Amino acid sequence: MNVPITRLYAFILLLFAVLIYFTSKSTVFDQEELEDRPENRRPLIQEQQIPRGSIQTSDGVLIAESKPQGGGPRPVYIRDYPAEDPTVFGNPTGYSYVDVGRTGIELAENDPLSGEQNEFASIVDQLRNQPQEGADITLTIDAQAQRVAVQALQSAVGPGVGGSVVALDPDTGAVKVMASVPGFDPNVVDDAGTFSDLSTDKAAPLVNRPTQSIYEPGSTMKVVTAAAALDSGEFEPDSMLSGKTGIRIGGVPLENAGGETFDQIDMTTALTASVNTYFAQVGEQLGTDTMFEYMNRFGFDHDPELDYPDNQMAPSGVYDVGKLLGPSDPIDIGRVAIGQERLLTTPMQMAEVAATIANDGTLMQPTLLQEAKDPDGRTIEELDPDEQSNVVSEETANELTEMMTNVTEDPEGTAAGLTVGGVSFAGKTGTAEIDVEAGINRPWFIAFAPADDPQVAVAAMIERCTGCFGAEVAGPIATQVMEAVLAEGG
Amino acid sequence: MSARNRELFALIPVAVLLVAGFAAVFITNTEEISNVSLIYGGYFLAICVAAHILLRIRLPYADPYLFPLAALLSGVGLVVIYRIDDGLAVRQATLFLIGLALFAATIIFLRDYHALERYRYLIAIGSIVFLFSPFLLRNQVNGAYLQVNLGPFSFQPSEFAKIGVVIFLASYLAENREMLSVSARRFMGLTLPPLKHFGPLLVVWGAAMMMLFFVRDLGSSLMFFGAFLALLYVATTRLSYVIAGLGLFLAGATFLANRTPHVQDRVDIWTDPFANNAPEGAGQIQQSLFAQADGGLFGTGLGESLLRLPGPFFPSACKEDFPFCGSILPEPHTDFIYAVITSELGLFGACALILIYALIAARGFKTAVMASDGFSKLLATGLTTIFALQAFVIVGGVTKAIPLTGVTLPFVSFGGSSVIANMILIALLLMVSHEARRPKRATSPITGTEEGVVVGEPEGGLPA
Repeated sequence: MNVPITRLYAFILLLFAVLIYFTSKSTVFDQEELEDRPENRRPLIQEQQIPRGSIQTSDGVLIAESKPQGGGPRPVYIRDYPAEDPTVFGNPTGYSYVDVGRTGIELAENDPLSGEQNEFASIVDQLRNQPQEGADITLTIDAQAQRVAVQALQSAVGPGVGGSVVALDPDTGAVKVMASVPGFDPNVVDDAGTFSDLSTDKAAPLVNRPTQSIYEPGSTMKVVTAAAALDSGEFEPDSMLSGKTGIRIGGVPLENAGGETFDQIDMTTALTASVNTYFAQVGEQLGTDTMFEYMNRFGFDHDPELDYPDNQMAPSGVYDVGKLLGPSDPIDIGRVAIGQERLLTTPMQMAEVAATIANDGTLMQPTLLQEAKDPDGRTIEELDPDEQSNVVSEETANELTEMMTNVTEDPEGTAAGLTVGGVSFAGKTGTAEIDVEAGINRPWFIAFAPADDPQVAVAAMIERCTGCFGAEVAGPIATQVMEAVLAEGG
Repeated sequence: MSARNRELFALIPVAVLLVAGFAAVFITNTEEISNVSLIYGGYFLAICVAAHILLRIRLPYADPYLFPLAALLSGVGLVVIYRIDDGLAVRQATLFLIGLALFAATIIFLRDYHALERYRYLIAIGSIVFLFSPFLLRNQVNGAYLQVNLGPFSFQPSEFAKIGVVIFLASYLAENREMLSVSARRFMGLTLPPLKHFGPLLVVWGAAMMMLFFVRDLGSSLMFFGAFLALLYVATTRLSYVIAGLGLFLAGATFLANRTPHVQDRVDIWTDPFANNAPEGAGQIQQSLFAQADGGLFGTGLGESLLRLPGPFFPSACKEDFPFCGSILPEPHTDFIYAVITSELGLFGACALILIYALIAARGFKTAVMASDGFSKLLATGLTTIFALQAFVIVGGVTKAIPLTGVTLPFVSFGGSSVIANMILIALLLMVSHEARRPKRATSPITGTEEGVVVGEPEGGLPA
C-alpha cells in the first residue's frame, strides 16, 4: 500500500500548490484589479483614517480641517469647513467626503492633503511606526478679497442668476480671488438629499463658474484682438480705420453698440469707445490663423493651466455644438475679434488676458497653492512662479496698457467714472447681447491696477441682466475686488 | 538525538514564534512593549512541555514533529485570534487546554488503538447519529444544520464524526481490501467490485453523505468524500474506483446544485462573485479577496490590517460584539481566518502556513508508510487525508479556488470542536506512529539505545 500512499501525498501537495497559486492571484496578480473594484470600500475607509491636512487662505483664514470622529485608537477623520461664511469658499475649495467624493482644491491637492509621499519616505515612516498624515496647505486666495467679491456679486445678480470673479497676481500667477455665485456650503453636501438638491438646482451652485463655465466674452475680447494687431506689427495704436456702423463683416452688416457711428478713427479711440466695426475689420485683416495664434498664446483652446481638477475646467475657444473649432474651420473671424460668433470663454481665461497685459506681455501660469507644509513643519511645496507663455512683446503690452487706461480715464471711455482707490487703472468693458429683443445682456469687465505697476488683474462677469452694460454692473464689482486686493497687499 | 529530544527542541522555536507574534500585536495595539507576551509564551511552552512529557512516557517512539507542528498551528491561531479580539483569544486558549486534555485522555485511556476495530460499526452508527443531531434538534444557522447547543456549550458534530468515519473506513477496508480488489465483473469498461463486500461500505459512507446533505454541511461532505476515495484507492490501488467515484460525485453534485438553491448559490458566487446579480453571500468572498489583496507579498503586519470598521462605518444596529458584527471581513476568527492571515502576513505568511499543513501531511503519510498492518496504514492515511482536505476545503473556499463551504481551518480557527477533534486526531496519529517506529525486538537484538534499531523501516519515498 506504500506506493498509493506516496501518490496520495503527491496529490495532496498538488492541492496545496493550487492554494498557493490562488493566494498569489489575490495578493499579487489580481491585486490592483481587486483594489480598484467599486465594491472595495477598503481604500476609502483607510483614506478616512488619515488625518487630512488643513486648508487656509493666504491671509490665515482656516477654511478646511479634519476632525476625528468615533474615538478609539483609530478614529475616522471627517472634513469640516470652519470658516464663518463657508459658502464664500465652497468654490473653489470644493469638498471631500466618502459618499460624494471630492472636488475642487480638495481633489486637485489630494496628494499633499492626504500625505501621499514617495515610496522611500513612506517606508521610512512605516519603520518609525508613524501613521500617514496629511500636509497643511495655504492657498493664494485672499479671504478678504474673496468675501468682497462674493458680496459684490450677490448684490449684483438677480435670483437664480450666476456671476463670477477671478483676480490674479499678474507677476506670479497667484489666484487671489476665485468667486462663483451662487455658492454652496461644503459642510452640508455630505447629506445625500442636500447633495442631490444642489446637483439638480438650476442655478448650479456646485459649479465653479470661473473655470468651469464658458460665456460669450463680448467686447473684452477686443483686448486680445488689439494685442494681436499691435504685436503682429500690422497695426499701430494710431492705425486709422472706418468706425461706421453697418459695415459688412463676413458678408453681414455689423452694428456698433447703440448704433453709434464714427469716421476714420485710430485704435486707441476705437478701444476707448469699444467700436465693433473697427475691431471686426482688424480681425478680418489679421486673418483666422493670426487670431488663433494669439488666442492660443493667451491660453485659449485648452484648459487653463491651473492646479485644478480637469473635469472642473473648460477650454475657451470657438465652439460648434460642444466641439472646439480650429483655424481651418469656417469661422466669421471678424465677429470672433469682438467676442461674438461662437466664441465662448471662461472668466479665468479673461482674467489671464488682463494679467498678461499687466505683466508686460508674459502670461504666468495661474496657481492656487501658496505653500504645503508637512506635519513636521517642513515646507514640501511652495509657489514658484512659472511662465506659461510669452504672449506679446513688452512694447505691445505697454501700448495696450495705455489704451486700456484711456478706457477708464477718457471722458468718452466706456468705463469712465470707475475708480480704484485713487490709482490709475486699465480696463475693458464687455456687454454680450444674449437676447436682443428682451434686452438681456451679459456684462463683463476685465482690468488691472495700478496701471503703471500692476498688482492685480481681474475679470468680473454677471450671467444676465436686463438693459445693463459691462461698466455699470461688472465694473464696480471688479474695482471693489481690486481695491480689496490692493489693500491687503499694502 | 532521540525522537523525544527532537520534539522538545522543536517546541522552543514554536514558543518563541508565539511570543514574537503576541509582542507584535501588542505593540500595534498599545504602542508599548510589555512582558505580557513573554508570560503568554511561557504558559504556552509549559503546557506543551507537559504534553511532551506524557508522550515521553507513553509514546516514546512516536513521530517527533507532529506534535510541535500542531502546537505551531495552535500558536498561530492564538496570535491571530488575539489580534482579532483578546476576549476570544482567552477562550481559545482555554479550548486549547481542553483539547490537550482530551489529547492526553486519548493516549492514556485508549491503550491500544486496534481496539477501535472491534467497535467499528458502533463507531460508524454513532458518527451518523451524531451528524444528524443538529437536524433533529432543528438548530439551523445560515441555512445549514451544523451545531448542537448544550446549555452554554455548542459543538459541531461533523468535526468529531470525521474521525469516527475514518476509523470505520480504515477498519472495514483493511479487512475487506483483498475482496474489493478482486474484480467481480466489468461494466462499461470499469471493473466493479463484488457488491457483497462493497455493500456495507457504501451503506455507511452513503448514510454519512446523506446526513451531510441533509444538514447542508457541504464542506464536511467534500472532506468525507475525499477521504473515502483516498482510502479506497490506497486499499485497492485501483484508480478506476476513484474515477468512478469522481464521476458519481460530479453527477450527484450537478443534480443537487440544480435542485438546491443553497448549493447553486455557492457555485454561482464561486464562478463570479462580482456579477451584478450575484446571490446574497457574494459579499463574503469579495471581502475575503479584498483583504488578501491588501496583504500583497509581505502583508500589512500583525494587527495593522483593516478589520474592525472604524467610527461611523461601524454599523449602529449591531446586536452582537465585534468580531461577530462590525468587521469588514465576515467571520474573521473562523471561516475567514486565512484571509486575515494573508492580509497581515502577506503571500509569504500564507505560504508558510500552507507549508506547515504540508509538513503535517508528510509526517502523517510517513507514519502510514512505516506502519506494519493494514488497519494502521489506512487509519494514518485516512486521518492525514481528512486533516489535509479540511485545510484545502476552507483555504480553497476563501481564495476562490473552489466554492466556499464553511469548515474550520484546523488548529487555527476559533472553535472548540475543531481544536478538540483535531487534537484527538493527532493523538491517534501519534499512537499509530509510536507503534510503527517502535524497534522490532523480536527480530533484532536489543541495542540499548533509547530509539533502538528499526528494522525494515521504509525511509524512502517520503521526506523524513
